[in-house]
Amino acid sequence: MAGKTLFDKLWDAHVVRGDPDGTTLLYIDRHLVHEVTSPQAFEALRLAGRQPWRLNSIVAMPDHNTPTDPGFTTIADPVSRLQVETLDANARALGLRYFPIGDARRGIVHVVGPEQGATLPGMTLVCGDSHTSTHGAFAALAFGIGTSEVEHVLATQCLIQKKAKAMLIQVDGQAGPGVTAKDLVLAIIGKIGTAGGTGYALEFGGAAIRALSMEGRMTVCNMAIEAGARAGMVAVDDTTLDYVRDRPFSPQGVLWEQAVTAWRDLRSDDDATFDRIVTLDAATIKPQVTWGTSPEMVVAVDERVPDPAREPDPVKRAGMEQALRYMGLRPNTPMTEIQLDRVFIGSCTNARIEDLRAAAAVIQGRKVAASLKQALVVPGSGLVKQQAEAEGLDRIFTAAGFEWREPGCSMCLAMNADRLLPGEHCASTSNRNFEGRQGAGGRSHLVSPAMAAAAALAGHFVDVRTF
Amino acid sequence: MKAFTRLDGLVAPLDRSNVDTDAIIPKQFLKSIQRTGFGRYLFDEWRYLDHGEPGMDCAERPRNLDFPLNHPRYWQVSILLARENFGCGSSREHAVWALDEYGFRCIIAPSFADIFFTNCFKSGLLPICLPIDVVDKLFRQVAAKPGYRLRVDLPAQTVTTPGGEAFGFEVDPFRKECLLNGWDDIGLTLCHADDIRAYEARRRQEAPWLFA
Repeated sequence: MAGKTLFDKLWDAHVVRGDPDGTTLLYIDRHLVHEVTSPQAFEALRLAGRQPWRLNSIVAMPDHNTPTDPGFTTIADPVSRLQVETLDANARALGLRYFPIGDARRGIVHVVGPEQGATLPGMTLVCGDSHTSTHGAFAALAFGIGTSEVEHVLATQCLIQKKAKAMLIQVDGQAGPGVTAKDLVLAIIGKIGTAGGTGYALEFGGAAIRALSMEGRMTVCNMAIEAGARAGMVAVDDTTLDYVRDRPFSPQGVLWEQAVTAWRDLRSDDDATFDRIVTLDAATIKPQVTWGTSPEMVVAVDERVPDPAREPDPVKRAGMEQALRYMGLRPNTPMTEIQLDRVFIGSCTNARIEDLRAAAAVIQGRKVAASLKQALVVPGSGLVKQQAEAEGLDRIFTAAGFEWREPGCSMCLAMNADRLLPGEHCASTSNRNFEGRQGAGGRSHLVSPAMAAAAALAGHFVDVRTF
Repeated sequence: MKAFTRLDGLVAPLDRSNVDTDAIIPKQFLKSIQRTGFGRYLFDEWRYLDHGEPGMDCAERPRNLDFPLNHPRYWQVSILLARENFGCGSSREHAVWALDEYGFRCIIAPSFADIFFTNCFKSGLLPICLPIDVVDKLFRQVAAKPGYRLRVDLPAQTVTTPGGEAFGFEVDPFRKECLLNGWDDIGLTLCHADDIRAYEARRRQEAPWLFA
């Protein structure tokens, strides 16, 4: 009998019951909650007279609507404020573990979960947010759900699921200098497409993935959803264990030893079979920049904006033409000639301490281009912010002309006050370049933190390897 | 949940691939704590020429007359014909609520993003995957014939054109049963509460750190 994939192991350990047609009741260990996708679920739960099944599985915090202005005291937008106050009230009424505004531990839920040790290897973890795939970096089965499923997990601690297929994305070799986890995952999406992972759970493996820090692995798994896969994951190794050890929610003492023994098995068996295997060579991957309105519309920084005339598929060609119209770009323009209006370093993809260090290393001692309207750094959590300040990174950013902000989702999706104006081009370390994503009419280009930093200094894209 | 059995509905085309949930319902409308009120902001940035904000009276707003839903021939539609990877991106169920409230009961596309696909069933919306060549054909027929309708039969799992051509589609048997009966998933799951408790008791022994 063939061995098991990591996905098989995680799945099998959480089956409460299964029907012959494959419909499975899957147990959920951890439920992360934020303000945007939860109010209707809490209300429906209350109207049905139900209680959360297991309170201590839930960790909640506001992140999407929260202001990032230094020292803010209130949310100016009354609609945003009501949504955050609704989460406050639900957390209080039910006695949830909650990091409200003002708590230094608060931040983007996908940064805070791992930081607190609320994300552990071997868990099933869900959140009403598609970027929940991030937590798969810890050899967890983690995926985003809609609000009805948020209510379902609250009420039953389970989800009704059918098992996805398994895909291995093997990134061999060694990434060159200046090539980061973000570039690897953008190259993966460029290769398999935004629907390439639909119906699959992805496992990222190979030497280039093993060489990544946990921050880097989170960046890669975060964007599994941009390849169409609800879940992405990486096997456990010493890097994982070193990160998880001694976090506030992590097991301690004897329990830690017991957990580590179990976690060591959280990798695909050597004879496991996958439904699909995709391989890439990290050594051939260059810093990536998106040119269009879907993350698959990506090229290396030394390439040009593609020409739709060369695309044989009519639906794809129409998509490219539409994207170029929206982005205000002409085919064959060198990527390095795209002038920028704003730069955003932040989001659940790239707002961890390592991301800020990488950006600061490029910026150190230099100035943001005068042509830029704004350059923002938004740390992923209050603790990332504290750590960065202890290392003096905030002073490097502010001396260069960056704004140093409070943690939150910020300009990744512009639900708070941070947003692009129509027609503005932005180098962004976030995850989606959809039309209007960062503000109506805004034009987003996805890049790594180092590439965003270099672009901020130059005022246009530059190859960080030679900058 | 609303039940779905059969539908004879007017079809509107949306001829672009990778339509994401940010396009279906832009982020500013997600600030609502209600489950209703999203239909009038469906595809807001494509439907209207001005910038939409929650609470705006859409009757007064300038419409983009190039957008299909603004054309009189597509008023009172209940079936959306779409392209590959419909509903990609954010998990926001508000996208489904907006489509539902606008009047859509069924979406036909060559493929859907997974989270959106799951969310559809929770509001009694039926997402149907048909092969690309069939979808191409339907796009041609919709364009050629004002008032074009399709008949969707969930029990028989068929989509039938006005010309009488029928196409079969796949649907998960459990989801089909829930849709036909309008069943609430949570109620069904709680029928297995004892199984959940038994699982927890066993798991607490194996992996006690998960219950701290």
